[in-house]
This record gives sequence, structure tokens and C-alpha cells, in this order.
Amino acid sequence: MKQFISFVKKEFYHVFRDSKTLLMLFGLPIVMITLFGFALTNEIKNSKIVVCDYAKDMASQRIINQLEASTNFEIEKALLSHHEIDAAFKSGKIKLAVVFPTNFNNDLMHLNKAQIQIIADASDPNTASTLSSYVTSIINNHQMELMQNNSVPYQIIPETRMLYNPELKGSTNFVPGVMALVLMLVCVLMTSVSIVREKEKGTMEILLVSPFNPFLVIIAKALPYFVLSLLNLTIILIMSVYALGMPFNGSVLLLFAESSLFIITALAVGLLISNSTDSQQSAMLLSLMGMLIPIMMFTGFLFPLENMPMPLQVIANIVPSKWFYIIVKSIMIKGLGFSAIWKETLILVGMTTFLLIMSFRKFKIRLA
Amino acid sequence: MRNMGEVVIKTDKLTKRFGDFIATNEITFEVYAGEIFGFLGANGAGKTTAMRMLCGLSIPSSGSATIAGFDVYKQTEQIKKNIGYMSQKFSLYEDLTIIENIKFFGGIYGLSDKQINEKSDNLIETLDLKNEAKKLVGSLPLGWKQKLAFSVAILHEPKIVFLDEPTGGVDPVTRRQFWDLIYAASDRGITIFVTTHYMDEAEYCNRISMMVDGLVKALDTPTNLKKQFNASSMDEVFFELARGATRKAD
Amino acid sequence: MADVVLNNIIKTYNKGATVAVDDVSFSVEKGELFGLIGPDGAGKTSIFRVLTTLLLPDGGTASVNGYDVVKDYKSIRKHVGYMPGKFSLYQDLTIEENLNFFATVFNTTVEANYDLIKEIYVQIEPFKKRRAGKLSGGMKQKLALCCALIHRPTVLFLDEPTTGVDTVSRKEFWEMLKRLKQQGITILVSTPYMDEATLCERIALIQGGKIMSIDTPETIVKQYPKNLFAIKASQMSNLLTDLRINTLIESCNSFGEYHHITFKSEAEKNNADLVAYLNGKQYQGIDIKQITPTIEDCFIKLMNA
Repeated sequence: MKQFISFVKKEFYHVFRDSKTLLMLFGLPIVMITLFGFALTNEIKNSKIVVCDYAKDMASQRIINQLEASTNFEIEKALLSHHEIDAAFKSGKIKLAVVFPTNFNNDLMHLNKAQIQIIADASDPNTASTLSSYVTSIINNHQMELMQNNSVPYQIIPETRMLYNPELKGSTNFVPGVMALVLMLVCVLMTSVSIVREKEKGTMEILLVSPFNPFLVIIAKALPYFVLSLLNLTIILIMSVYALGMPFNGSVLLLFAESSLFIITALAVGLLISNSTDSQQSAMLLSLMGMLIPIMMFTGFLFPLENMPMPLQVIANIVPSKWFYIIVKSIMIKGLGFSAIWKETLILVGMTTFLLIMSFRKFKIRLA
Repeated sequence: MRNMGEVVIKTDKLTKRFGDFIATNEITFEVYAGEIFGFLGANGAGKTTAMRMLCGLSIPSSGSATIAGFDVYKQTEQIKKNIGYMSQKFSLYEDLTIIENIKFFGGIYGLSDKQINEKSDNLIETLDLKNEAKKLVGSLPLGWKQKLAFSVAILHEPKIVFLDEPTGGVDPVTRRQFWDLIYAASDRGITIFVTTHYMDEAEYCNRISMMVDGLVKALDTPTNLKKQFNASSMDEVFFELARGATRKAD
Repeated sequence: MADVVLNNIIKTYNKGATVAVDDVSFSVEKGELFGLIGPDGAGKTSIFRVLTTLLLPDGGTASVNGYDVVKDYKSIRKHVGYMPGKFSLYQDLTIEENLNFFATVFNTTVEANYDLIKEIYVQIEPFKKRRAGKLSGGMKQKLALCCALIHRPTVLFLDEPTTGVDTVSRKEFWEMLKRLKQQGITILVSTPYMDEATLCERIALIQGGKIMSIDTPETIVKQYPKNLFAIKASQMSNLLTDLRINTLIESCNSFGEYHHITFKSEAEKNNADLVAYLNGKQYQGIDIKQITPTIEDCFIKLMNA
């Protein structure tokens, strides 16, 4: 028994004297509780929807009032043509549009039946269903009110159109996110560990004391993983299109081009990590733990970014996978071309350049 | 010789096989209480495998052995309680202080608090470490670490202490201080089972055994071995025996 | 002009808390076989890393082949051969693959300088398809040496090449070095084994970051300040204690079969007096003779100075 206590005491010493372990032990849970408790949520709040009121009559106004009263949306009133609505969805500015046709009131009064069109961006099927069901329930409530007051069988029929993903496949949300996650984790982990392994085994010393340009070491290490990641990507795509039935409406070439860019971004992060540590174990910890949580939280495929408090949304902007996720969804699900994603691409290019410069500068051409 | 008579290690055709490879081939020998027994051999000769069996860390493939009277197959736990161990690779916990290390190992060996405190004071006094007692072991120079590790390995006054190349890379002065400690322990009746690459240290032993290719090729006092091989130093004896070795594995 | 020069080199770690190399100066001539002798922690590896431009010194200057280790590191890296401790090789590449890789990294081919490594390589050639991780210590040593030589360096730095290797391989290795020296390559070797010191042309004895002595082994031995005697008797362990308390004796160190002693004064009758004292203590088989000091004797003397 005494031996056992002795051993336990020793283990406590080890833990308290290792700052890395302490950070993980206490820091991690605190961060997670804070985030999950306050920031991350699956509830939909404050989504932006656009209301196109062609009727401009009393009937439509009453419903619009109720929509405005709801805390779930922020309403933007605009008279948009179909073409403009299309563009707004494509740019990702709006998640849902409610369209009142010109004869709304007339139809209601004379035919006792009128339609409201609800158009939702179903590339994120969860948000789309939730939002459209909020709207539908408001419309239904209004219908019941009308019926109660007037004992006439009014029917307000909401016609819902799910854009881009009519079958509301969950994979459309999930697969691009998994692509971003997998590519980033694998690239970061593999490059960082590979470089640090040379340092640990001592072969890096010999490479440095040679005419071989040390920067070529980095490139030579990254290249195999670049090629393998593209292969990985192909496998994921084939599996998701044929096994999961994911739509692929855009250009394959564009997707691969953008993915190549993203892979380079991830490799650059791996390089940066490898410069800051000398042991494979730390490299692995930093890559996995350090990357896993930010990617899962801030890419937007598990938790919609719009629902997060502002500070977190800002932080999400520095996570490369967030931009890649948007790019992939735009190409694969919305079938868009480069003109729609040039901004996100530019951001990725900027990040990559910055990371590459940083890692080359920090690469140690000496041991210390 | 010191208290010769009681046999503390006895092996009979002790063998360890790894698949087709016979690491240790039917080795047979005895070690007496209080002896300083040198266990020599080139890397790959089977030394480490043999030592692991004797320490109760590895079960033999065949043959028999008793350590401090305990059977090496069935009583490995009792063996571990009665021996001490120290190697070049592991000595003490670098992120604990000297005192914490002593307290920890004392506790592991089952010593009472009173005994631990007594021995702790004694040890620190002998090694002249009063000013360093509260420092982390990792901050000490190598030579001090090794001397400390040895003293901790015999904290519980075991019957036998196994030392695996304890003086590798240490400066010549500290090396001799280390052997002073070994002599003192041997005088107290502790049997020392030591492997080393320093041939002058082989001379300090009462008897030497040399392993080559898994077999014990020589077993005698240094003086007799030198006579037998017509050599003027243990270095020459070693070279003669090791030269013909076919196994040079690591 | 000497091939390798160090002037007042200082290297510290932990923001100056640990001084690994403390004001070290020495030079190595072209084609010399130079040994850096000292235990673990003496500063040998730090010195080598400064010379191979892997570490920046915190003070002092150094040059290799006339190039400054700080400013002209690129030139140095092109022309030196380096074998770090623990033979850093690619464990999952074969002997052949390792050699080819390093040859290419050094902008050359195996064939170009094969004559230089031939003698060494033929010993491991039969195993050329075996992975480096599965080689014995002696074979790893030979492979690492070939990889360090493959580009015909002008200066070769070998950091503890004989540590962890069996005694037979160690002897063979030094034979190889002697033959390499004949090719005109300057060779710096570090080792903790004092007996290897006599195999070098010149040596530096280093301890605690400081050089205690630099010269040829013979000269260092000649500089031993006193007459050295070897003594043995029936009970060596007790003998040690008794010698140390004897007032005639200045130093006494065990050296295996004999103890090495020096007397405080160099009086002729010392031996006789000592034998008388030991006889009085019932020692038998007393054998005492004067001997030439070994490098280890010199090292101990310098450490205690």
C-alpha cells in the first residue's frame, strides 16, 4: 500500500512539473465548456432572410409583421427579381427568401386560397429546413387566426423550394466539411512529423552540413504529401458522389485547382509547426490537438458560423478550412464558377503566402 | 575473499530463444554472496538477454536458475523484491529532486518512513550532496547522477545489485569514486553483478565471465584468465575471445 | 595555414546558465589526426557543432579551411564531412540507398570517390541490401563513415564514432582512420575512451568545457610532473585505503590490476619505506615498479590540479 502511495505521489510531481500536460488537463475542458456552453449552438438565430412583397397589401403586411416580430430572423425587405434572388443565394448572402405574389390578397379574399413562395438555400440542409419550418409555422398560425376570426376556410399554402439540394441530403453539408478536415489534418500532421523526425534521428544534422540547400529539404518533404493528398481527395470525391449520392454540379478542374491551393496552405501550417518543436510527440500533439478543435468548430460544417457570437465569427476567419469549405460547397453543390469564389480564393492565397514566408524565415539552418 | 560460500545466483543450462535465434545458449554458472562478479561480452553476445532473465524481467525458454534462492520461472516477484538494478540508460527521474527520488524509491522498496529518512541523510552525507539535495536530478552532471543512482539502487540493502554498464562516458575520477562505492557495498555483503566495457574495471572483479555468441566462453578470476590466455591485461584476454565471434549484432 | 582554428570559443546554453565550452582555443594542421578526449558533458559535441556551423558560438571566432564558421558557413558545409554521435543514418533505407542518397545530396556520385571508401565499403558490401536499422553497431559505424567520406571532404569531423561499438570493431575503425589520414584528409575525432588517445597524432584533453592540455600524447605523458609507480598486493581494496592514509603518498588511483601512486617527495628510499609499512600491515605479494604514465593518469592529474 505504501509503495502504491509513493508511486501516486511521484506521478503528481511529474504532472505539476510539466506545463504542457497541465495546459491540456485544465485548459482544454475550460475552453470546451465555455465554447459549447455559450458560443456553439445548433439553434438558428438571427438568420438573414429576404422578403419580396409584390402584393403590398394588407394581407401580406400582416404576415410580414409577424415574421418581423420573430426573434429568429432579421428581415430585409427588397423587391428582387428572380434573377436577383438567384444571385443573392449564389453569393451566400441570404439563406431564405419569402415571396408574396402580386395577387396575394385578392386570391385570399376571392379564392380563399393563396400561395407564398419560400425559397431556401439547402446546401446547408439543416439550416434550410429549420428556417423554412419557422416561416411555415408562422404562416400556419396566421392561417388559423384568420379562420378563427372569420370562419372561412382560408388556405395559405407555402410552396417551399429547396435550392441546390432538393432532397435535403445531409451529405452536402457534411462531406465538404470532412474534406476540409481530412486534407488539413493529414497534411499538417504528416509534414510536421516528417521534418521533426529528421531532427530527432539526427539525420537533419548531416543534411545541414552539406551543400544541399536546406529549403529544398522542406519542399522535398512536402511534395510526396501533396501528391498523396490529391489522391486522397479523389478517393473522397468518388466515394461521396457514388456512394453517398452527393451532387457535383461544378467544374472538376476548378475543384482540384482550389484543393491544390488548400493543400499547400495545410502543408505550410505543418512546416510552421515543425519549426517550433524538436520532438515528434509535440509535433503530433500540436498538429492533432491544435488543429482538430479549431477546424471542427470554425469550418462551419458542424456548427453554423452565423449562429456564433461575433468575436468567434471573427476568429473563424483565420481558419483556412472555413474558406475552403465555402469554395467546395460553391463548386460542388451550387455549381458556381471562379467568378463566384474569387474572393475566398484570394484570401486562401494570401494566407498561404504568409504562412510560407513565415515558415521559411523561421526554418533553422542551425541547431539552435 | 568475502563471505564466500553462500550461492546467491545459480544457473543451469539457462537458455533464451527468439524463434530460431538462440540468444543465450545453456549458460551455467554460480555467483557467491558478497562477490563482485564481472559479466563481460561484446554487444550482441547475449549479455543483456541473460541479465534480464536473472532480474526476473524475462522468462527463460529452458534451463533453470535461482536468484537469492527464488526460482526464475515461478517467483519473479520475490526476485524483484530482493535485487537492485541500475543501468546507463535509466537511473533516476530527472524532473524530481534528489530527496524526492530517494523518498520515491524508498517507498517502492517498502521501507518505513524512519528508514527512508535515515538512509536519505546517510546517502546525502556520503556523496557530499547536502547543497544539491533539493535540486532536480536533471541539473546534475552525469557522474553525480550515476553515483546517486547506484546508491538508490541499494537503498533497501538487496542481496544482489545488477549494474548494466554503469560507468559509460563518465570521467576517470568519478569512475573510480563509483567503484569505491561498489567496494563499500560489497564489503557489506551485497553481491555485485556488473557489466562493463572498461577492461581495467574487469580487474576489480573477483571473478569474470565472458559471453561470446550466446555461450559462456570463460569464467575465472582475472589473474587466472590472464595466465590461461597468456595475456598481460584483461584487454588482451577480451580481444582474444571476442575476435573469433561470429555474432556482431547490436 | 592550419586547417581548423578556434580562438577563445565560448558556448553557453539555457541563457548563459550552462557554460558548455569555456574559452577554448586550439588549431589542427592539415592532414593531422587530432583527438578530442574527454568524458560526457565535457563540451566535445558542442565544439564539433560550432566547427561544423551547426551552432553559433556565444563568443570567440573559429575557421575551417580558412572560412569563418559564422560568415562563410555555406562554404564550410560544402567541404567538410560530419559523422554525428549515434551514427545518424536512415534506418529504413538500405546500405546502398543511404550511400547513394548522401552522395547525391553532396552533388557527387558513389563512383566518383569510390577509391576513398573502397576499403571500408567492401566490408559491408555483402549486406548492401540490408536496412540500416538492422545493422550491428560496427557495420553502422562503417556505413556512417562511408557516407561522411563520399564527397572527398578536406576535413572530417567524427563525434564519438566508437561509442557503443564492440571492442574489435573499435580497433578496426582506428586502423581505417590511420589509412584515411594517408590520403591527406584532416581528421578530428572525439572520444571518451582514454586508451584511444595514443592512436592520435595530437590530442586535446577536455573537461568541464575547458582544455586541460594540448599536445602529442607522448609529450603529455612526458609532462607528467612526478614519477609514477604501479603497486599491487594481496588485498587490493584494503590496499587502496591504506595507501591513501599513508603520509608518503601524494595520489593513489586504482587502475585495475595495479594501483598507480605518486609520492609527495621524490626520495630514493620511498619504495623501501612503503614496502616496510605494508609488510607491517600483513600484506603479501607486494609488487612495486616504476611505470610510464598513461593518458588516463595524466587526465586524472590534470582534473585534480
